[in-house]
Amino acid sequence: MTYTTEFRDPAVATRLLEKIREAVAGYSQTMTLMEVCGTHTMAIYQHGVRALLPEQIRLISGPGCPVCVTPVDYVDHAVALCRRPDTIVATFGDMVRVPGSTSSLQREKALGSDVRIVYSPLDAVALARKNPQKEVVFLGVGFETTTPTIAGSILQAQKERIENYSVLPSHKTIPGPMAALTADPDLKVDGYICPAHVSAVIGSEGYEPLARDCGVPCVVTGFEPLDILQGIEMLARQVVAGEARVEIQYSRIVRPQGNERARQVLYEVFEPCDARWRGIGVIPGSGLCIREKYSKFDAIRKLPVRVEEPREHAGCQCGEILKGKISPSECALFRTVCTPENPAGACMVSSEGTCAAEYKYGG
Amino acid sequence: MNSDIILLGHGSGGKLSHQLLDDLIIPILSGIGPRDQNDAALLPGGEGRLAFTTDSYVVDPIFFPGGDIGDLAVNGTVNDLAMAGARPLALSVGLILEEGLPLVDLRRVLESMRAAADAAGVAIVTGDTKVVPRGKGDKIFINTSGVGVVEHDFELRGSGARPGDRILINGPVGDHGMAVLASREGLELEADIRTDSAPLNSLVETILSAGGEAVHALRDPTRGGVATTLKEIARQSQVEILLQEKAIPVRDAVRGACAILGLDPLFVANEGKLLAVVAPEAAADVLAAMRRHPAGTEAAVIGEVVGEGNGRVVMTTLIGGRRSIEMLSGEQLPRIC
Repeated sequence: MTYTTEFRDPAVATRLLEKIREAVAGYSQTMTLMEVCGTHTMAIYQHGVRALLPEQIRLISGPGCPVCVTPVDYVDHAVALCRRPDTIVATFGDMVRVPGSTSSLQREKALGSDVRIVYSPLDAVALARKNPQKEVVFLGVGFETTTPTIAGSILQAQKERIENYSVLPSHKTIPGPMAALTADPDLKVDGYICPAHVSAVIGSEGYEPLARDCGVPCVVTGFEPLDILQGIEMLARQVVAGEARVEIQYSRIVRPQGNERARQVLYEVFEPCDARWRGIGVIPGSGLCIREKYSKFDAIRKLPVRVEEPREHAGCQCGEILKGKISPSECALFRTVCTPENPAGACMVSSEGTCAAEYKYGG
Repeated sequence: MNSDIILLGHGSGGKLSHQLLDDLIIPILSGIGPRDQNDAALLPGGEGRLAFTTDSYVVDPIFFPGGDIGDLAVNGTVNDLAMAGARPLALSVGLILEEGLPLVDLRRVLESMRAAADAAGVAIVTGDTKVVPRGKGDKIFINTSGVGVVEHDFELRGSGARPGDRILINGPVGDHGMAVLASREGLELEADIRTDSAPLNSLVETILSAGGEAVHALRDPTRGGVATTLKEIARQSQVEILLQEKAIPVRDAVRGACAILGLDPLFVANEGKLLAVVAPEAAADVLAAMRRHPAGTEAAVIGEVVGEGNGRVVMTTLIGGRRSIEMLSGEQLPRIC
């Protein structure tokens, strides 16, 4: 078992596609299935899934790319922080290229700021340990998948009495925007391909209200192509039968109750707060802020800086794309003004962004 | 050029690098058009034609599993000559050393350069060394230039692909990039991945003696990987290429490491791989000859030129879907060679 080739087997894919066609045979409408998570978006493009599906199934991409939904003023805040003397800004790679109002971390790095790409928040803690004379700020962007490890990094810094480590938080939770999108009258989502690894933490139970109260079927789906095809088949069967249940396709990882230990660590450090989503607006309770008890690790409170007035690129339609209302090729900037080399918005930057996926792999 | 300063992405081998070359460096220094850009220049000479090429190496770390900056600097330039169908004759070496570099490290790099040059059968005939103050460089940067001779009368060009041609590769993709990445600080991947850095001139001789004029183009897919290189060939030749994902060899360890890091092996650098564009009637013979050569035992046909076109590269995915292949955008892995 390599855990990749087995889940890309062409013969099994053919059988799953037959089952999908079987499931929608005789179904005369179009069902709209939204993949919420950016990793799904990328995998669907990368494996060319759309072209294989029967015409009754339409896939749209949702707001599940953490970099994409981060508002521009967050980037501006990070830029202001990296201009501080004796400051190291540590971040996951994608944030570096996201355009702020007038600059980006990539540009600030080229001009001399100390911006480091790390693969784990614990690497940022290690940076702080190694550079006691500098303030190390980690850019805390991500959903329930990454937030427990960021909470863990704060607990580690606390335990080691590391005073020069802080996090600029912009953490978000997934079920909130799904409920907001479901309630949007312009957008009729018939089923959700629910995130794989977010669900490993929150469990499939997190989606029960969506299925129960809003009547939208939800299937927690893995990221490999066969996972995705099977998830689509399960959703298609529910939609055709008029059912709305939460099912787990990705059962080799996800349990209904999720990972309680990860959630314990997360909520020890963070508490729910309102959060602004690029394109969607403020969704009450959909963010995670650092609790008062750990405020000395909160860069917002610890390191006051002047942040410029936010200015979005005129014409950038990231917001509509994040809501699944338009596809990238319907945006006037796509491929002309906005390219991965010169992105107008975050959706073109992130490796999980819908625009980047369509640009890279074609629509 | 969209940027007014040099960004790391300008060294990626992908689009930003092309922009920098096309918009700034080539117009100022030479002025040749994109269709005529190849891995080495052909110079007029007496017997046969001369091939001339240059490359700089800034890989970080300088030592990585299976190789180091020294053998990379020799193999890379030898391979650029070989891709033009030239037999490498001589190399120059320019060293830029950072103050404080341990001599033991320099010695190790030089010895591995010598071993690589011997293995490729090429002499290092001239060189230069400069030292910059600590902090103004990073341990060691190497430039190598190479001269070779083309002894046949047909030309291998990026613009040479024709409808019907088969695309061959001599083995699994992505080894070099992932070997370097896995040895970087902060990324302790417990994967046994070694660079594929190797001289390809002997394999090229084998390919040319098996295929002759039926070999239309050779390219080594270094930075930007197989995807970017095929995109270059498709554009230069004004054709459309169709790849078969299931035919492209990728080691399990590389596939796994790429999956963890969210990388696509098709875009990851190689240093001992070549893509051969071969007329259909000769493809089987060339493939068999490659497989008999030690540098091509895992060779495979991975796609074909399906027609005239505007440079599109499309791939049939493992599960039977289709996706288009674009050039590497931005910087996937800085300082990979």
